[in-house]
This record gives sequence, structure tokens and C-alpha cells, in this order.
Amino acid sequence: MRMPKPTAFLTSIAVFASALTLAAKADEVHVLNWKGYGADEPWAIAAFEKATGNKVVNDFFNSEQEMLTKLRTNPGLYDVVMINAAFNDQAMAEKLIQPIDVSKIPNYADISPDKSGSPMLARDGKVYGVPWVWGLTALAINEKSFETPPTSITEMWNEARKGRVVIRDDAVEAVQFGAIATGQNINDIKDMEAVKAKLTSLMPQIKTFWSSENDWNQMVASNQIDIGTYWSGSADRAKTHFKLPVSLVIPQEGAVAWLDAFSIPVGSKNVAGAEAFINYMIDPSFYVEWVTKVGAPVSANTKAVAALPEDAFNRKVMGDPAVAKRIQFQAPITDAQREAYLALWQELKVNVK
Amino acid sequence: MAGQVATGSRSGLRSALPLLLPAYLWLTVAIFLPLSAMVFFSFMTELPLSGKAWAFTLENYAAFFSQGLYWTLLLASLRLGLEVTLWCVVIGYPAAYVLAKVLKGRSREAIFLLVILPFWSNGLVRIFSWAMVLREGGILDTALNAVLPFKINIDLMYSYPAVIIGLVHSYVPYMVLTCYLTLQAIDDSLIEAGRSLGASRLQMLRRVIIPLSMPGLVAGAALIFVPVVGSFMEPRILGGRTGTFYGTVIEDQFIAVFNWPLGAALSFILLAVVLIILAVASPVLRRAA
Repeated sequence: MRMPKPTAFLTSIAVFASALTLAAKADEVHVLNWKGYGADEPWAIAAFEKATGNKVVNDFFNSEQEMLTKLRTNPGLYDVVMINAAFNDQAMAEKLIQPIDVSKIPNYADISPDKSGSPMLARDGKVYGVPWVWGLTALAINEKSFETPPTSITEMWNEARKGRVVIRDDAVEAVQFGAIATGQNINDIKDMEAVKAKLTSLMPQIKTFWSSENDWNQMVASNQIDIGTYWSGSADRAKTHFKLPVSLVIPQEGAVAWLDAFSIPVGSKNVAGAEAFINYMIDPSFYVEWVTKVGAPVSANTKAVAALPEDAFNRKVMGDPAVAKRIQFQAPITDAQREAYLALWQELKVNVK
Repeated sequence: MAGQVATGSRSGLRSALPLLLPAYLWLTVAIFLPLSAMVFFSFMTELPLSGKAWAFTLENYAAFFSQGLYWTLLLASLRLGLEVTLWCVVIGYPAAYVLAKVLKGRSREAIFLLVILPFWSNGLVRIFSWAMVLREGGILDTALNAVLPFKINIDLMYSYPAVIIGLVHSYVPYMVLTCYLTLQAIDDSLIEAGRSLGASRLQMLRRVIIPLSMPGLVAGAALIFVPVVGSFMEPRILGGRTGTFYGTVIEDQFIAVFNWPLGAALSFILLAVVLIILAVASPVLRRAA
């Protein structure tokens, strides 16, 4: 095989890096995840290290692409990686992650069957991802602006809300939101023109495009917005931890759901430690503490959710069977689709000027 | 005699070499090499990092010309650059004149400090503090309504004027500093001579002061125009739904879709356009100066 020069260079770096990692101790568990996303909580690491004798070494990524690049260029470094289910397929196809022996993970049996049976996490009868938590991209409202919470997504287009609506500056989220508003399947958008027309008519309503949780919370705190797209976990955190008048609305038309799962990279030097760590991450004791201390998405483990107080948001609202019927889980998106969505989104943003 | 001069200048270059070396070494390592890598990327179909097969292509540059979107954005960004530069001249030039010719001693130092102050604060902090001032129910809105007898509603946040305000605030010190340097160098006796020959204040400004300080104005304008055309942070935070510019689209290519080749190609097109504008403008400006 003819290898282009930069690739050869990168390969040599990768070989060098993996040579370095040979020195890593066998009882270390190298975890790759978003920063501040459960796996790096100091109390959790302390509890896990005390229980199993493994030492946890955390590393972080800022985007799914960065995560994949880190796996590609550091073979053998990581033992556990957190991958959004929509990206699991790509990691599997590139042979970055290995099949998991779920019999070694006792808590796996308690994962709700619709999550563990997700076709995105398995191939040829082998499990490549252990579902961890899931959440929604739905709507959230400023409680001060509504007598009764709206039930329909059309509230975003309500003339009375003009200039007080926000949407996240993310092409994929915006296009999938448009698909839901036009009654389409988010993973198989047949009528892109309808999505475009629907989003075009939304643009004059918009105050700004938010990009972080902090943006959203500040705009509500200063009473600048009425309604907008928001993440379920963030809406929960805004209400319980920041005491803001925010509540989540899961519109009757539906909402976008995402699922995060743990995988074991190919070449892991401590598979037993990785299995123990994944087992701990889906354990009810960890989950309840995570929700109470920090605020978290919904666990895929039914026993973990059942261990929450009866009125907990993650149990009462997110666990409602009527909600489960309306939501659509995100499937993998190809690079071509991603670029097409970005082109559409940029065009919409330019035309509004 | 002539030989002596020649050896003198040659040894001057030799002795200057150790002084120049650190700067040129730094430029090579920190600017030339990464920039060359970006030029290389801009001709590729995929990043080699992504592990996929890649090839050389001109498609990234073709994308700019085939989609009207990028043209619209580039024109919007150029207009933004011009407007911000103009406001910087309007605000910065009189301030520089007062600093150079009117104030002396302590008061000059104090005013100078105020002008430099924005340089010492982080760019993001500046922008977010503007967000607090400009929004509805913010500092400006509340203060004006407390003073004025009638009710007005000021909500500049998330609009084009907000972007202009934020950028002018960030860049006006460049204009003040460059103009101050050239204005200060103007010999006071030239001004006195003009006065004694009967020139009015306006004539003095048009015929003596502005022409003599033109190099400072031009330098300031170039220092401001170039970064403003590529700016993305201020438009994104202050501009709201009108905040999409050429710079934010490049940022999206790098961060949102990981399409470095297209992002790099768009950046170099911007660089080329800016260089062409400066090249076309420089003889005109030199004649004016």
C-alpha cells in the first residue's frame, strides 16, 4: 500500500505514542469522555478506586471528531471511551472499538431493553456499546411568559413571541427540529424543501442563536426570551440548581433524543478494569449521587432511574410512557449529510440579514 | 571614502543579524510553518488526520465561486470593516489631536491611560460587558429611562449596531495611537506659520494637519480593517441572528463540521481579497499623503 507522507508521519507518531503507553500500568483505567460529564467527578473516581483498586486516568474531547481522532492516533492508550450512539457505527466500522462481553458487566441486565437492544450499538450479534444515559433536545419556556405551558411546537412560530425565540446554532439540531415541525422522521428526511420553508419562516421570530447552556440561562435570567430549543438535562439544571423559571416542554409533535454509551477501544490493556468502570458508571448508587449533586441526563439503567425520588424530573417527566412514544432517537449521520445540513443552515442565516 | 561607506553598511548588516534573528526565527516557526500547512490543507479533499484517503483538489476554492452565499458574506464583512474603520477615524482622530496638541503633562497621561485601557482587558470580557449594557433592561436602557421624562425602549443587543459598537470599542485605540504619533511629530511652527498667513481653522486642518498625519491614518485604517473583516467573536456574541459574517462561517468549518480544507481555502480567499484591496488602495493613499 502506498502511504502518503503525512499519514506515514502520523503513523510514526501513533507508534511512538503506543510505545509510550506500554509503560502504562496494568491497573490503570484510561477514560476518554466530555469534561464535566460524570466520569471525572472526584467523588466518583475515589469511590471506584477504593472499590476496585484500579486507578482512573481521565482524558477529554471537545467534539465527536476529536474523540475519533484521539482513538485513531493513540491505539492502545484508552480503556474506556464514551461515544454517542450515532457515532458508534463509524467507530465500529473503522475498527476503533471492540466487542464487549456483557456477562462481565452485572448491571447490564438492568438496562432498559429498548436501549440495550438499539441497533446502533450492536453488529453481528456482538455488543459494541453499553448504554449509559440519554436525553432530549426539546423546547424550554420562560415560566414568567406563559400562563399555561404550550403543548405544541407551533408556539415557536406564534406571532406574539416574535423576537423572543431562540434556537441553537447547530445545523444538525436545526434541521432535525425542522423535520419534527413538518411531521417527518428525523433520520430519514424525505422533504428537505418543507424543512427549509418551515425554518425560513421561523427566522424572523428569532432573537439570537444560543451556543452554550450559559447563554440560555442568562437570557432567561434577564427576561429576554420566552421559548426556545433546549436540552432536557440543561433545563433540569437551570430549574433545580440555578433556580431559574425554566421548564421543559416536550411538544406533542415530538422531540429529538440522543443516547450516550460506553465502549472499549481496540487494544485496551485493561479490559477487566474497563468492564468494572462501565459497570460502576451504570450503577444506581453512582447515578443517584450524580443527579443529586450535579444534575444529569436520564440513566439507561431502569433500576437507577427507579432509585430516584418519585417526583424527580428524570423519573416523572422523562420516564412517562407517553413521552417515550413521541421521541425519535438520532441515528448516524454521514459526513455528506452533515455538510448538506450546514450549507442549508448557513444559507438560512445569511438570508435573514 | 565611498569604500569606507560600503564596508560600514556591510558590517552594519552583519551586526544587525543577531538582532533580527530572534524575530525572524519566531516568524518562521510560529507563522510561516503553520500557514504553509494551512495552504497545503486548503488543496486537500480530506484531512490526513481523519484516517481517510485524500487527494489534491481545487474544489475548496471552487466552492467559494460556485455559491453566492460566500460572496454575500464576504461583501457584508468588507462593509463591516469599512464602517468600523470609518467610526474609528471619526472617534479616534479628534482624540489623538487633543492628546498630541492640546493636553500636556499629567492630564495627557491620564487620558492616554483611558485610551489604552481596553488593551489590558480580555476581549471576551469586553464583549460580555457590552452585552450587559446594550440589552433591553440593561444598563443603558435603565439609565436613560431614569433620566428622560418619556419612556424609550433601547434594545440594541443582537443587532448590527451592537456588532459595530463592540468592534469600534475594541479597535479604536489603534487609530488613536497611530494618529497620535504622526500628529505629535508635526512641527508647531508649521501651524503657527499657517495661522500667520491667514489660514482659517478648517483650511489648516485640510491643508496642513490632515496631509501631514496621513501616514498615521493609513496605518491605523489598515490595522483595523484587516482583522475586522475576519472577525467572528464579536458578530457571534453581539450580532444575534444578524451576526453571520465571513469569519463566523470559517469558524463553523473548523469547529462544527471539521472541514479544515474548506475553512482554510475560505481564509486564503479572504487574505487574497484583503491584499488586493490594500494594493489597490496604497497608491491612492500615498498620493493623498
